[in-house]
Amino acid sequence: MADITISERQAGDVTILDLSGKVTIGEGSVALRNAIRRLLGEGKNKILLNLGGVGYIDSSGIGELVSSFTAVNKEGGTLKLLNLTQKIQDLLAITKLLTVFDVYDTEADALASYS
Amino acid sequence: MPSRIESVDEAALKAEAFARENGCSEEFMSAVDLAVRESVANAVKHGNKFDESKKVEMTMNCSDEGIEITVRDFGTGFMVNDVPDPTNPENLLKVNGRGILFMRSFMDEVEWSNPPGGGIKVKMFKKTINAD
Repeated sequence: MADITISERQAGDVTILDLSGKVTIGEGSVALRNAIRRLLGEGKNKILLNLGGVGYIDSSGIGELVSSFTAVNKEGGTLKLLNLTQKIQDLLAITKLLTVFDVYDTEADALASYS
Repeated sequence: MPSRIESVDEAALKAEAFARENGCSEEFMSAVDLAVRESVANAVKHGNKFDESKKVEMTMNCSDEGIEITVRDFGTGFMVNDVPDPTNPENLLKVNGRGILFMRSFMDEVEWSNPPGGGIKVKMFKKTINAD
């Protein structure tokens, strides 16, 4: 059984990835990496990661978020985060990555920030 | 445990069951779970470098004071002080290097040693917060 499910939807020129499950070393991190690479290959570089369904993330998963952020930036795009659970917010605070990522509580606010 | 990614889940499940048997709270188990996952992942990935001929050993002990967990690999070892601080601005965008920070953040004591026979052993201790 897959650790993570990633579904894609479009809101204007912003691609929203709804993640649910675990973003951890191995399958979860690889699935996120592949999804981001695929989007960039399709020329979609405004990406919003909805992490509301992510029940667990480890340092490898956090590293994959950073890797995704860097990869999207290199393509001239923007990657933002939506719906952080308290646990993920705590981990991003500990790692000081809340200073790196644009984080939103509502999808409407997140989408407005791209325009 | 063999040096493969699946051992991370296996170790976490064992630690969770052990903590639960000893009446620990959900918050406590969550912290132990993360620390175990990070330490076993380090042992598999950086210590034994996925060499399945090398094992990862884990021990768990519970006392009135708390839970002590050790995780040992049989790799070539490393100097924990040589691991760059991932919260340093120049390291924020590095992909790796946050596992040790998480272990130190969620456990009360974490120390590394070089046991006889090679490898690295990390000993982690968390004061017990018993479930009501």
